[in-house]
Amino acid sequence: MSDLLAFRDVSCARGGRPLFAGLSFALTPGDAALVSGPNGVGKSSLIRVAAGLLAPAQGTVEGAPVRALMAEAPALDAARPLGDALLFWAKLDAPADPQGRVAQALAATGLAPLADVPVRLLSTGQRRRAALARVVASAAPVWLLDEPANGLDTASVATLTALIARHRAAGGVALVATHLPIDLPDAQIIALGVAA
Amino acid sequence: MTGFGTLVARDLGRAWAGGGAVYPLAFFLLVAILFPFAIGPDTVLLARVGGGIIWAAALLAALMPVERLIGPDAENGVLDQLATRGLAMSAVAAAKIVAHWLAFGPPLMLAAVIAAGLLDLPASTLWRVEFGLLLGTPGLAALAVATSALVAGLRGASAVAGLVMLPLAVPLLIFGAGSIDGGEGALKLLAAVSLLLIAGAPFVAGAAMRVGME
Repeated sequence: MSDLLAFRDVSCARGGRPLFAGLSFALTPGDAALVSGPNGVGKSSLIRVAAGLLAPAQGTVEGAPVRALMAEAPALDAARPLGDALLFWAKLDAPADPQGRVAQALAATGLAPLADVPVRLLSTGQRRRAALARVVASAAPVWLLDEPANGLDTASVATLTALIARHRAAGGVALVATHLPIDLPDAQIIALGVAA
Repeated sequence: MTGFGTLVARDLGRAWAGGGAVYPLAFFLLVAILFPFAIGPDTVLLARVGGGIIWAAALLAALMPVERLIGPDAENGVLDQLATRGLAMSAVAAAKIVAHWLAFGPPLMLAAVIAAGLLDLPASTLWRVEFGLLLGTPGLAALAVATSALVAGLRGASAVAGLVMLPLAVPLLIFGAGSIDGGEGALKLLAAVSLLLIAGAPFVAGAAMRVGME
């Protein structure tokens, strides 16, 4: 039982409307899965089910309990400096050296010069990278990324793919929902059907 | 348990950093000052009704921060992030109640001293008001957080918040203002109502936040 994240026959419905049914996959250390499909097909809902925010209508989600989520909202306090805002989450994630983890994550996402800038002054792309930095600093083995490439320039997408590759090489797994092309070598493809 | 402290510290910082914690106090003093203008500068009358004025003003002031307690966190994905980390929403709500009381209760009790001066309340009345506020403001803070969670994301949230919160706060007002001449019985009932609100609010708020994520 080395699955870090496994869906077993999971069905999901929103507002009485079925989105997907009987979905099963398993991610062992080093794996990645790419969730693809048109708008409204349930990619974000799948990520939210994996994060435990939505209860599946049927089936179970198993795996490592510690998961890091990057969703549409950055979840960083607008008034606080970026470094502080990230430190809050890093402290909640794990007690071991939160400052060091935040510093490393800022460096890895190219945001180190912006650590003292309040979050409200960051651009859209910088906020997306900040949300990614929060995931990197979490030290969680399971990454759940919902449209991580939205709002990122080409160089930042390259950084993103490199960070996912590094995370997988270190034994983590990533579940990525995207409609933009992201280079994930040997990733499982979870193609959700056309929306009804 | 360090997580709880981290949450409380964040909310306290947010309350003070934006200056948001000062507005309810200024509003409280303004409401307290309105009454002498309305009923005239009759010191005997003001001293008699002053305690009740302070309680009514405290209730209205408690309504002010309701919109920013939970709503922004729900919108900004902060609650999603906390839930992803496996934190129980009722524990998150409890942390928010503690932080909100720390930002609201003691400063309000200080402001009540100023209000008592403006209304020319006798010292014995002021002591009773302060003791009542000490017992009652935790209940008010709990009610504010629960209301905030219930109305988060609604259109016209602040108007709905008033309709939800003020009727539920009436027992606090009755026993709080009643304790000024009513003595011990009213204080005990005030404490009981406050405890009831503190015990129930985290679960109500937690359930509301959970539903808000669906």
